[in-house]
Amino acid sequence: MIAEFAHGALWLAAALCLMQLGLGVAALRGEQAISRAIRPIAAIQALLVVTAFAALIWLFWRTDLSVALVAANSHSAKPLLYKIAGAWGNHEGSMLLWLTVLTGSGALFAAFEKRLEARTMAASLAAQAAIGIGFFAFLLLSSNPFERLNPSAVEGKGLNPLLQDPGLAFHPPTLYLGYVGLSVAFSLAVGAMLTGSVGSALARAMRPWVLGSWIFLTAGILAGSYWAYYELGWGGYWFWDPVENASLMPWIAATALLHSVGVLAARNALKAWTMMLALIGFSMSMVGTFLVRSGILTSVHAFAVDPERGAFILFLLTFYIGAALLIFGWKIGHVRDSEPFEPVSREGALVANNLLLSVILALVFIGTLYPILAEAMGEQISVGPPYFNTVIGPLALILALLLFVGPKLRWRRGGPLFSPLGIAGLLLSAAMLVITFLLGWNLTILERLGLSIAPGLALASLAPLWGRNLLRTPAPITGMVVAHLGLAVLLAGMAAESGFTKERLVLARPGEQIEVGPWTMEFEGTRPVAGPNWTAVEAELRASRGSGPVLLKPQSRYFSSPPTQTSEAALATDWDGQLYAVIGQGSESEGWQLRLWWKPLVTLIWLGGFLVTLGGLIALIGRWWGEWRRRRRLAGSGYRERRAW
Amino acid sequence: MMRPKQQRLVLVVAALVALGGAALLALWGLESRAAYFVTPSDIVAGKVEAGVPLRLGGMVREGSLDRKPDGVTVSFEAVSGADVVEVSYTGILPDLFREGSGMVAEGRLGADGRFLADTILAKHDERYMPPPLEKAQAAGETLER
Amino acid sequence: MVRRFLPLLLLLSFVGIAIWALTAEREEQVRSKLVGQPVPAFALEPAIEGKPGLSSADLAQSEGPRLVNIFASWCLPCKAEAPLLDALAGEGVPIDGIAVRDRPSDILAFLDEHGDPFERLGNDPRSEAMIALGASGVPETFIVDGRGVIRYHHQGPLMPADLPALRAAWEEAR
Repeated sequence: MIAEFAHGALWLAAALCLMQLGLGVAALRGEQAISRAIRPIAAIQALLVVTAFAALIWLFWRTDLSVALVAANSHSAKPLLYKIAGAWGNHEGSMLLWLTVLTGSGALFAAFEKRLEARTMAASLAAQAAIGIGFFAFLLLSSNPFERLNPSAVEGKGLNPLLQDPGLAFHPPTLYLGYVGLSVAFSLAVGAMLTGSVGSALARAMRPWVLGSWIFLTAGILAGSYWAYYELGWGGYWFWDPVENASLMPWIAATALLHSVGVLAARNALKAWTMMLALIGFSMSMVGTFLVRSGILTSVHAFAVDPERGAFILFLLTFYIGAALLIFGWKIGHVRDSEPFEPVSREGALVANNLLLSVILALVFIGTLYPILAEAMGEQISVGPPYFNTVIGPLALILALLLFVGPKLRWRRGGPLFSPLGIAGLLLSAAMLVITFLLGWNLTILERLGLSIAPGLALASLAPLWGRNLLRTPAPITGMVVAHLGLAVLLAGMAAESGFTKERLVLARPGEQIEVGPWTMEFEGTRPVAGPNWTAVEAELRASRGSGPVLLKPQSRYFSSPPTQTSEAALATDWDGQLYAVIGQGSESEGWQLRLWWKPLVTLIWLGGFLVTLGGLIALIGRWWGEWRRRRRLAGSGYRERRAW
Repeated sequence: MMRPKQQRLVLVVAALVALGGAALLALWGLESRAAYFVTPSDIVAGKVEAGVPLRLGGMVREGSLDRKPDGVTVSFEAVSGADVVEVSYTGILPDLFREGSGMVAEGRLGADGRFLADTILAKHDERYMPPPLEKAQAAGETLER
Repeated sequence: MVRRFLPLLLLLSFVGIAIWALTAEREEQVRSKLVGQPVPAFALEPAIEGKPGLSSADLAQSEGPRLVNIFASWCLPCKAEAPLLDALAGEGVPIDGIAVRDRPSDILAFLDEHGDPFERLGNDPRSEAMIALGASGVPETFIVDGRGVIRYHHQGPLMPADLPALRAAWEEAR
């Protein structure tokens, strides 16, 4: 019964969504009284969808094999965590998750946004409902997750063992949260363009959604990258694979938007530009989803692929984004002129940041789609790291150099270009560049520049805190500094990983010693091990460099349902890097193939990524806290904020 | 300070120049850094230059897999139709790599006519999934390293 | 004015490419070039007792066209197409099989469970015939006419949706 109830709840929610669209349009046309009903409708709709999603999780938890989706994607022998994660580890479930997040954020937006002008609010909610209806139709008409199987299955078909990993179980939901957050920014932009009220108030309403989705996208990309790093066993953390690019493109757009929405909020400038970026942000989410789901790009990452579903997403994408861009072309001329500023100013630096990010976005976009274009012209081409690293690396470094001056510039008219810390950072970078030559490090240009820029950038990124009482610094500024510092750390990690990694590939017999960089690894031998639904050959490696030994146990796993073999890399983290070991084929008599890496400072990549995410979180929580205190103060002084509704 | 209208024009021009620059940069990068997908027949027919990054797709001929004494270098013959190219690879072969199966090798053609692979991708032998089973399996990927 | 709609033009060109990519016939990379050619020479031992093996000579001296199905007991899609092959055999279509990298006991179990449409059944333990025929996996199905010329090649399992094309090729091969 649960499945049928949940299915019914989804239909009801879809009807409410349609109603929200109608009421929103009516309110936009001036029927103010009607618009009051929108808020509860958005809330109930979200509640219904959340209930349906909870029901799906329950069905997966219980491994109810009379539900087709459960039978196809789960297995009674699977660990509980992956049973639950299986609920969204497939197409239907992930679409339901998408809707859950979409309606949930719609409800949050309707409930808590009180400062936006009423007509813009109604128009935005109508736009949000229009997006919702498309996905409701998609889910209910072509991919019902609650379809029954008659007779019910005896045993489930399992889940791709590569997906049985905590990192990946939570990777897609995190990315979805990011994508959908951008949909709110998209709806707000559409609403504001329709009512012609693009300005600071809109930017303030949009900013938490952009910041929130940017945090989730950053975290999601990091999780995915770390998953690829230790689960695939290829020794790398980023492969410029289409699926990776599909998640990177919305992130780049969101990063640009995050910076320009700040300009719009503070200075009422860059109006058209910010609206365009808000449209591009969600467009990239849709394009990314389309590329991943339609299978028009072959990827090494496992994903459910179906051209028909791809066609549906393409239809939605064309409709929504086409409509939004039409509105942009038609209405943006009516948006009043932005406030002027000088080239050397905070605005100027942020424009440069936006232009660079846009160029990077365009390069990733073109590189990702070029294989399709080439195929249309009769050639088969693959575009990989050589292209992306060459064209994007230098631009990313220029962006890093911009950070030496940008954050410390003044709004509107610039003071001195360099702050004291900016100069100190630049000197440190120059000194570092000389040092890399003096030490005779054999590096590529990009690695050398990256290693030089990183420490200087770390110093310069602290400049906004210069001369401030750290305890009284506004949280958004602290957050910005932490995120920029994180970028410096990330840059150092990437350059070091690329420049200093030592790799050995050997055929070893038990008892043999292998040198990798400063480490000596002793191969103790292999033994069979078994997990709940797999068996494996596990190698034991004892690594040492003067100090006490570290034990590494890479595995080669065999899953029975479906029959698959995967490599489980073994990682050992030390203060200055990570050892990484993979076991390949072999036998007791001939020896085993071992692939061993010493990756100095690779940990900085994860530390830097963590700092970037943390910076975003500090800024977001700081703004919430500030808003909450402001309301408390207003309430305390006996002043009731006039509701816009 | 510029008037707002001028400033808007400057920004639009800057945006267009940036995108134009991006397109040019992309074209240059693609021209010099993208890898063409070729088959052994293309190589036998002499359509392929040595030293250029390539992706080679073909079947692994039965009985051609040869392990070198170091234990980690292998060579095998990739075939398409009647054309054969020898492929040499140092590294751990993917789990699904089998003689008689399809594979894709990334690398370049050596001067001696052998293909030097940096990476090998194996095609699933059972990649053909009828729609009902595909739904059941949710295993859409065709390549695995 | 045009400038404002530039992003829309970019979107439309993207959609155009995407529609092409979704609808275009995507040729399999390793497709047989043998359609229209005689079956390459091969001779396979019987795969199970009591059923003759299969050789290219058998196909060249047939009275009419025959279906040749390459399959394996370990292959999931082969199970999916088994009912259709049984139905075709029931209609009187002569079908020969090639079992790839398989064991006689497994083949017997497979035929017991999923039906046995085959008149002849060759054992191809090292995929030699499969590769000679230009197949890149299992299952694949060929129509070979009475003179031993390959007239049709289907990759992947035969599904009801594939029948019209198969029947058309069959009529042509008569």
